[in-house]
Amino acid sequence: MKFTEEHEWLREEGDLIVVGITTHATEQLGDIVFVELPDVGDEVEKDDEIVVIESVKAASDILSPLDGEVVEVNEALVETPALANEDAMGAAWFFKLRPSDLSPMDDYMDEAAYKEFIA
Amino acid sequence: MADLLTTPLTALHEELGAKMVPFAGYSMPVQYKLGVMKEHTHTRTAAGLFDVSHMGQVRITGDGAADALEALIPVDIAGLGQGRQRYGFFTNDNGGILDDLMLANRGDHIFMVINAACKDQDIAHMRANLPSGITLDHITDRALIALQGPKAETALATLNPAVADMAFMDVADVELVGEVCWISRSGYTGEDGYEISVPEAAAEPLARALLTLDDVEAIGLGARDSLRLEAGLCLYGHDIDTDTTPIEAGLNWAIQKVRRADGDRAGGFPGADVILGQMAKGTGRKRVGLLPQGRAPMREGVPLFATEDSGEQVGMITSGGFGPTVECPVAMGYVATDLSDPDTTVFGELRGKRLPLTVTKLPFRPAQFKR
Repeated sequence: MKFTEEHEWLREEGDLIVVGITTHATEQLGDIVFVELPDVGDEVEKDDEIVVIESVKAASDILSPLDGEVVEVNEALVETPALANEDAMGAAWFFKLRPSDLSPMDDYMDEAAYKEFIA
Repeated sequence: MADLLTTPLTALHEELGAKMVPFAGYSMPVQYKLGVMKEHTHTRTAAGLFDVSHMGQVRITGDGAADALEALIPVDIAGLGQGRQRYGFFTNDNGGILDDLMLANRGDHIFMVINAACKDQDIAHMRANLPSGITLDHITDRALIALQGPKAETALATLNPAVADMAFMDVADVELVGEVCWISRSGYTGEDGYEISVPEAAAEPLARALLTLDDVEAIGLGARDSLRLEAGLCLYGHDIDTDTTPIEAGLNWAIQKVRRADGDRAGGFPGADVILGQMAKGTGRKRVGLLPQGRAPMREGVPLFATEDSGEQVGMITSGGFGPTVECPVAMGYVATDLSDPDTTVFGELRGKRLPLTVTKLPFRPAQFKR
């Protein structure tokens, strides 16, 4: 699993990349009440703002960590935004991407480096 | 946050694991470990303890104090019974609101609670305008603690059963933890509850005595905001300010008949011509409740439009967020009067999209006061 400085996690699943945000991020955001996900089929570029999450405190944008095509989004999270507070690293994944360029993965942090980053 | 002011409960907040934020010059708890949503729900179902010591406490003494205050505040103060409290506001010459406040007739003086961010300005305003012979004391040696929620009465009654006999908007001197406290049966959450002015040295013992009860949790400013928003209550500096009049804000109810055009003490406050004129003729805009039709919360500053593609802005959201008790996004704001009827659809522009909201009567959550 890889991590971005935007507190996203990226997990490889076959030739797809599953993207979510970390438990640390959801703890900082507080209770999450709204999630807006991209549409399946969207072609996205790295750093596009493709997810909006709102907590009781504020709205935040989530950036696409890679170029690629959105092939699946987590409708359960849209239905129950609180999932993000309950299981940020698992059930509350945001979207699955078919990446067209995996090279940024090399720049992202591994778990040890991310732990250091948030310490 | 070295130069922020503290309250007599600051150490307790930190001990309880509060996240502290700057607010009106004070370091205040925005949330504790429960988090905003659970703190909100706890207050609606049990009892929440809030430190509101940052708010200003003022004593006004002297013959004719009530009449003198009526020259600054358009509510019935002279007719306020002993042991009773009422909501009011200072107005300016344009009919705008300088601050909103609570007033209590405590027999030999009037006790006032004013907003933290406005207190210096309010006190200067009163000192400049109250006649000689009226004395204003800014009380800085007492904390202010609110206990709110359906279990507030039973919780506070464990310290002194006399509080159970108070009705909504009563004020009384009641001994708690060995000190005489000035208690009102009121608050700003839409729930039954109390606000307790306590000598500062007794503030922490009082808070600890309440927090040991199963029903009582410490609640931060985050939940205080969502509670008052669901209750349809204005937040000064957001929903009301010097550019809004009490009539535009829908606070007509706070101006008793005796101060209105045909009353015995009609007018005689700053901006009376504007305010009484608007009472007679109406206003061009009104504060309304707004329910986003989708799930996205719309917050303060979102501009409102009559249709999905119309050019001219017809209003703005002044408070908005998620309502944990009503379980949906809620907002309030100002719209042009011709769009202010309940069930009218207006559109808020959010992240470049126009999203529909339904104009709704306030409050979103009916008040639970003990009348």
